[in-house]
Amino acid sequence: MRLFACIAVLMSAPEISIEATGLTKVYGPLTAIDEVSFEVEKGEVLGFLGPNGAGKSTTMRILCGLVRATSGSASVGGISVVEHPEKVKRLVGYMPEHNPLPEELRVVEYLRYRARLKGMETREGHHRAEEVMELCDLHRKARRQIIGSLSKGFRQRVGIADALLTHPEVVIMDEPTIGLDPHQTKIIRDLINNRRGQMTFVLSSHILPEVELCCDRLLIINQGRIVAKGTSESLRQEYIPAQVFRVKVRGDIEELTKVLREIDSEMEVSALLEKDKEGFHDISVKTLDRSITGEQLLTAILKRDSWRVREITEVQASLEEIFLAATKRSWEETLSRKPVYSDPARSTQVNTTE
Amino acid sequence: MRGFLAIARHEVFVLLISPATYVAGFLFLLMMWLVYWLILKDLPSEDLPASSFFQLFWLPVLFMVPLLTMRTLAEERRMGTLESTLTTPTTPLAIVVGKFSGAYLVFLAFWVLALGYPILTALQVPEGSANFSFAGGSQLTGGLLFVAVSGAMYIAAGIFASSLTRSQFVAAMLCFAILFIVILGEQLLFTYSGTQIVVADRWQPILDYFRTFRHLEDFSRGIVDTRPFVLYFSSAIVMLGIAVVVVERKATR
Repeated sequence: MRLFACIAVLMSAPEISIEATGLTKVYGPLTAIDEVSFEVEKGEVLGFLGPNGAGKSTTMRILCGLVRATSGSASVGGISVVEHPEKVKRLVGYMPEHNPLPEELRVVEYLRYRARLKGMETREGHHRAEEVMELCDLHRKARRQIIGSLSKGFRQRVGIADALLTHPEVVIMDEPTIGLDPHQTKIIRDLINNRRGQMTFVLSSHILPEVELCCDRLLIINQGRIVAKGTSESLRQEYIPAQVFRVKVRGDIEELTKVLREIDSEMEVSALLEKDKEGFHDISVKTLDRSITGEQLLTAILKRDSWRVREITEVQASLEEIFLAATKRSWEETLSRKPVYSDPARSTQVNTTE
Repeated sequence: MRGFLAIARHEVFVLLISPATYVAGFLFLLMMWLVYWLILKDLPSEDLPASSFFQLFWLPVLFMVPLLTMRTLAEERRMGTLESTLTTPTTPLAIVVGKFSGAYLVFLAFWVLALGYPILTALQVPEGSANFSFAGGSQLTGGLLFVAVSGAMYIAAGIFASSLTRSQFVAAMLCFAILFIVILGEQLLFTYSGTQIVVADRWQPILDYFRTFRHLEDFSRGIVDTRPFVLYFSSAIVMLGIAVVVVERKATR
């Protein structure tokens, strides 16, 4: 019976596509990433966030077998990146940052060449090149265009088409939507959504709302360390403990504050704008008690007959706020770890940056 | 050597669509035409025209090899496409050898085209009008064989120079400098350092072994010795080996 239970547990456990354990990369005196560990389940879309120079690209390059980690281990599809980089490269479709492409080739020539490099037979390579061009909307005019003459959006699509060329198990894309207009960004988002569950995606981006829309889970990296990971909801709860409501109400603010503090004595009430022509205030109600609902606020306000409520909305913290809170916390932790006798000039510089 | 054929084929294709190749080809054929015209003008002379044809081989080589090889790795590093190639299962060895093979094939194709001058001349001149053949079979074959064997080293030097820098211009200059020293260095030393360089007898064969023009002389006479093969191929392998290490180190840092 115990054996069956073990088998059942193993079968129900999610399949891990990417596993990184204690990855560290040191370039001379600079530690690009430090003890980075995470897992990505098969078919998951992972968003990799972090400020410039945080170590996102280094981590991605290690996962692709392009760069060797100083210490730690990583595996893709259960294959060690260090021991079998060639095998890992077959499983991964990678689109590097800035998406370097040969300027002199036509789109179709480039994709066929990449197919050959990736070990595909000529006929199969031609077939897949046509498929990915259709997928990325490159099969019409852009097909025979010289890459050097393509717009930024089309170039990004060529990079994505290349990453998807061999129908890889894992697709890693470094800033795939950088420099794209909203229409092109949506095309790329749809492309990822259409493959959700079939391929594992790891993508980094600076466009945070875009990442939130696309990704199942987020990983925030700062100064080479992972500072937060989880779904956007779990991160929101961890980093933005306060709950914020926006209320449009007509009545005396001071009185209103007193009434609302009967629900939670530490509730913060502040007017966002001057009252409008009809005497309505736009106020922000902030509470640390996550059990408080909008309905409770409404009931409390409507106790006074003279008060009128036009709108009550729960304000969700944006990913940008979560990102800033997570990175700020990591900065604070770094500063608190610094010895007291550290160089004051350097400390001032860090504070300024912060 | 996974990906070698794809790289070599791509390299030939890129060279064929690159204007620099056509500039190199045009200048090369123009120069060889001039050389051959001067040879014919000086007739009758002690040397056979087919034998003299390769005497000035170094002149076009000095500019053609840098033009053919300067962009191979330097441009790919500058553009970042080398990194993209390394994200595929293609190995650095396959990249370097593939690029070498592509450039080498084009180099040989230029020389084969240049052979058109003596061959066309031989076809035009009526048989028996001269007491020698304009297309001396053994001389031309020997000369071409020498160019093919030594060319492997020259192209390898170009690939090596291109692996060291991101700038095509620097790669070309570096390649030119290497070729100048390798081809003409010792010859100039012998010519301009006085009437004779006095060296110990035991060093003389070693110095001779490195003299490019000594090998050319042998090949042009139809003497095929294995020693130049060893010299040029081993030098090419060493330079390509260093280029592989450079590509690997730069890319996986």
